[in-house]
Order: sequence, then structure tokens, then C-alpha cells
Amino acid sequence: MTGPRTLFQKVWDAHLVHSEPGEPDLLYVDLHLLHEVTSPQAFDGLRMVGRRVRRPDLCVATVDHNVPTTDRSLPVLDAVARRQMEVLRRNVEEFGIRIFDVTDERQGIVHVIGPELGLTRPGMIIVCGDSHTSTHGAFGSLAFGIGTSQVEHVLATQTIPQQRPRSMEIRVDGTLPDGVSPKDVILAVIGQIGVSGATGHVIEYTGPAIRRLSMEGRMTICNMSIEAGGRAGMVAPDETTFEYVRGRELGPSDEEFDSLVEEWRSLASDPGSTYDKRAVLNAAELEPQVTWGTNPGMVVPISGRVPSPEEAPDEASRESLERALEYMALSPGTAIGDISLDRVFIGSCTNARIEDLREAASVVRGHRVHDGVHAMVVPGSGQVKKQAESEGLDRIFREAGFEWREAGCSMCLGMNPDTLSPGQRCASTSNRNFEGRQGRGGRTHLVSPSVAAAAAVEGRFVDPRALRD
Amino acid sequence: MEPFKTHTGVVAPLDRADVDTDQIIPKQFLKRVERTGYGAFLFYDWRRTPDGEPDEGFVLNRPEHAEASILVAGSNFGCGSSREHAAWALRDYGFRVVVAPSFADIFLGNADQNGLVALTLQDADVAELMRRAREHAPYRLTVDLETRVVSDEHGFRAGFPMDDFRRTCLLEGLDRIGLTLRHEDSIRAYEARRWPSLAGS
Repeated sequence: MTGPRTLFQKVWDAHLVHSEPGEPDLLYVDLHLLHEVTSPQAFDGLRMVGRRVRRPDLCVATVDHNVPTTDRSLPVLDAVARRQMEVLRRNVEEFGIRIFDVTDERQGIVHVIGPELGLTRPGMIIVCGDSHTSTHGAFGSLAFGIGTSQVEHVLATQTIPQQRPRSMEIRVDGTLPDGVSPKDVILAVIGQIGVSGATGHVIEYTGPAIRRLSMEGRMTICNMSIEAGGRAGMVAPDETTFEYVRGRELGPSDEEFDSLVEEWRSLASDPGSTYDKRAVLNAAELEPQVTWGTNPGMVVPISGRVPSPEEAPDEASRESLERALEYMALSPGTAIGDISLDRVFIGSCTNARIEDLREAASVVRGHRVHDGVHAMVVPGSGQVKKQAESEGLDRIFREAGFEWREAGCSMCLGMNPDTLSPGQRCASTSNRNFEGRQGRGGRTHLVSPSVAAAAAVEGRFVDPRALRD
Repeated sequence: MEPFKTHTGVVAPLDRADVDTDQIIPKQFLKRVERTGYGAFLFYDWRRTPDGEPDEGFVLNRPEHAEASILVAGSNFGCGSSREHAAWALRDYGFRVVVAPSFADIFLGNADQNGLVALTLQDADVAELMRRAREHAPYRLTVDLETRVVSDEHGFRAGFPMDDFRRTCLLEGLDRIGLTLRHEDSIRAYEARRWPSLAGS
């Protein structure tokens, strides 16, 4: 007899290929997503010893990190980036892996296109050489980022050895106030538990506020699990999940759908399940959030102020706080609403789906981008872009003075030409505000799409609800 | 992978917590398609002033830490992006060991895959090592993986936890893919259960 099991335990157990004491468990991988940056050395490793890809049918590739977001008919000017993309094309051709290339309308950020195409399904184990693979956990799959050696391992064996992580429940009670978005929830979670609060754990997000979220909202939350140190983040699948998956291009067929739903329903954590760690938040108390420092845990409500080093609990935190203030060129006690901006970036695997663009557009409508602010929208995929254009969102952004770009990771990490210049301050819907993340010397404030949109209009941080009224 | 049994080397103290992989190896160096040659780009932005000149205050630029092969850092080392380039850059620069109170999960896996020994000590021991490395530079430390002990010649001695499997893989420099392929029959059996139609092929 086994006792009550969590969602995470059920998915783990269902993928056990081999288990013996003193060794990591060997798990089967259902879906392996690949992109240009973390795969070339893995394919090289296979070639060096004459190994094949065991299940090319369970691999899907795209180009996202390096791709320019400007005119796709032009050549890629960065020769090193161009070569990396060409190497991916050569590799997937040699090993027989499907690719959504830059000219395909379905190209996009790997964590946007997986769900959108129906590749991501409940109960799967999904890996990718990218830490934001945790996004796919929104479907009740166990999805986590791996390094390039592990990419090679999965290509060769379709399995991955893993020590079983501990489990953590993050429960979000109450109802999100109007104008407060899933991004604000996850930023508040990280602010509460810290950037290593979930290290060694797989998070399951539970509670009524999570249940009421759309799939896209759940993806935003699971996406940033890694910013709390979590190995993965998961949400139990429900009707919202099933309706999202139904009818997707590469999803299950209509014939098999009903029996799969039965299976997926059984994945939810059993009553009486226990977790190794817990945290609780009340959604009703949340405001829009803004990070002020150089990691995602350095966050305050938009009505708040930049903290003072004197508030730090110990010497080490005081030093890192001082260092962050210096890098961000902020004085303690500054009101968040007094911080003015040079750039606004709406995009990334955290916040570049259609609902994010709708949220931003609803704030921008009827306004203009503030003088001196350079604002851009980078849709998460070709399909998101097309959908947004069919709804006229591109016109709202363009008429307000935003740039409207092609899909890719873009200025979330600045591997392509979209970067901050030294000293520039940016309101960004992405996931990391590390030093230099968006460009050397650039200063990043992480926010929701509506806060970013309002910042573009006002040239400083302002509660987006004030603009809509 | 190069086996690791014991190593004695100079310590570089990097007294910062939450050192993320964007700092260890910035994004502009991830466009390369090789596994080697990243050492010159390790901590690229921290090693330089905004004008591009070497920042003499940064620990790796100081002559007494120039030959360092053991990095001692604050908690949550290696957080952020999954880029294995971070482990490659540390190895390529010449580091064999990173000591910290804690590591981010993905970084730890990447270090293991590259014979970079990432070991945890208590906060107080890490602080003591940093103090010794600053005050007695060049300060040398010995890491013995067989006995799981870190020690110096001046009386510092601390054991570190590491499970037997990780330790064996590092000691013997084992190829993880080779280890997994010992279970080929189990993989086949799993696939036959999941996809009966594949079983005959």
C-alpha cells in the first residue's frame, strides 16, 4: 500500500525506468525541447562517439535565443549567432529532428510554442537546455531545465538520472484584485521566500487563486519557479487545462482525448498529501510589484519605496543590498513612483503570450509612449503575433509609439541585437534583473505587462489602474 | 571526464551570495559552438571597469589569487540560467573546486558533469576560509574527495557531505551516458509498456 501521493510523486513514479538504492532514479523523458544555444556541444558529443538520437520523434527544436526580431527576410548580421543557428539546422537534419525555423510561422520562444502547439501535456516529463522549462509545469507536467551534457544524455538515452527532489506547496488563497496579474503573484512569492527559498524542491502551486487563473497565467507563475530556486513548478491539471490542450495542432487526436482526460484527472495530489515545505500567500492583499534590485527577490509593491541597507537582517544581506543599490543607481527610501525609465520591454517566455499583450494593450489604448522612452513589444511566437494582429493589438502599440517586433527571446537576455546601453533603465516583463542581464550596465526592473505598459506611457512607474480609469 | 581524487591549490575568495550564471559567463559568449575556450570570459564584467580596463579590485585580478584553482563563494552559487558554459568557464580558467554554503540545483548538475567539484561547507567554515584566503594570501587548501575533508596546513579541517554516487562519479571520472546505457534493457522494457507498437522494432 502506498499512502496519498502528490502530483509530483505521481508523475515521477510513472516515469521510473530504473531505481536502486544509492543511485539517482532513471526517468523517461516524454518531450525534449531544443534550441540553438545549449545544443551544439551535445550533438558534437554524440558524433564523437558515434551515438544516435534514441527518439528523434520525442524531440522538437526551434531558434529563439539568438534570432533578430527585425525583418526576417534580411540576413543575420552577427556571424557567430548565424553560425550557431546554422549548426542547429545541420544537427536536426542529420539526426532527424523536427524544427520550427525562423521562416516558419510557428517559430517562437521554446516555452511559448510547446504549449501552443499542443506538445506540452499533463503528466509528462519535459526537459530542455533552458532553466525556464519550468513553464510547462503549468499543465501538471514535471518540466525542468538541464545543462548541455544532460541534453546529450537525453538525446542518447531518452532518459535522465535525477535525485528525487523534495516537495514544496505554495498556496495562494483569496482572489486577485483587479489590475493585479499572475506576474505580481510570482514576484511576491519570490519576495517572500527568497531566491533560494525553493532550492532542491519541486513546487506545487495550489489554492483558489491559482485555480481561477488561465493556463497562460499559470505558465507565468511556473516559469519563474527557477527564480525562487525551485527545480520545477507544477499546477494540477483541471478543466481549464483540458480545454486549453483540446484541439491543438500537434496535441492528442479527438479520438484519444477523452480517455486521456480521465488519466489526467487522476494526477491531482491525493487528499492528505504532505509536502516537505510550505508557504502561503493571500492574493487579495497583493498590489502590482516592481523589483528595485539585482535579483528577483528584491521586490516591493508599486506604492512602496526602495529599501534601506539599515533594514537588512544581517551583514551579508546589507552588503548585497548596498551593492544592488549602487548598481541600480537608486537611493534608499526613493518612492517607486519616482523612478523614471528609458526603455520598456514587453516580451519573454514569462510574459509574451496573447493574454499578456491584451493586458498591456488595454493600458496603452488611447495613450502615447512618453517622450524619451523607447518601448518595444516582442511577441512570444509567430502565432501570438498573428493573433495579436488579428485583434488589432499591433495597431494600438504602434500608434502609441511602441516598436512591434518578430518573435524571440530578444531583450530578456540580450543575446541578439536587442540590448540596453550602459546606464539605461528598463521596465521589463522578463524574468531576471541580474547585473548586465539585458546589456552591460543596464538596469532592469521586473514588472507585469500592465505595469510595463503604464511605465511606457508615463515615463515612470505608476499603478496601471490609474491609467485605465 | 578527468577523475578527481585530491587537489591542493590556491584559494580565491569571492565574498558574494547569489552569484548567478550571467555573471560567471555573460550571454555574449554563449554563441560559440565549442565546449572549450571560455576561461578568458569568466566573470567578464566583474573583471573589467566600465571603460574595459582590468578592475584591480576584483579578486581574480589580484596577483596573490592569480593562480587560484579553488573558488570560495557565498550561498546559492550558480543560480539563474542553466548554461553549462558557467561550469566550462570555471574549469577552463583553471578551477577544480568551488566551495560554498549552498549551490543552485542546475549548476550543481553541470559541475558534476565536468569534473568540477562543487562542495558545501557550513556558513562559518566558508567565512573562515574567506578570512584566511584574504589574510594569508596566497592561501593554499587541500580538498580530499576520498575522505571528504577540506584542510590547510594551519589547522583548518572540515568534513563535507557528498553522497556516494556523486563522489564515485567524480573520483572515477565516469561517463554518465555509459552508466545509463547499462540499463538499456530497462529502457526498452519501459518503452514497450508505453508504446507497444514500438516494441517489435
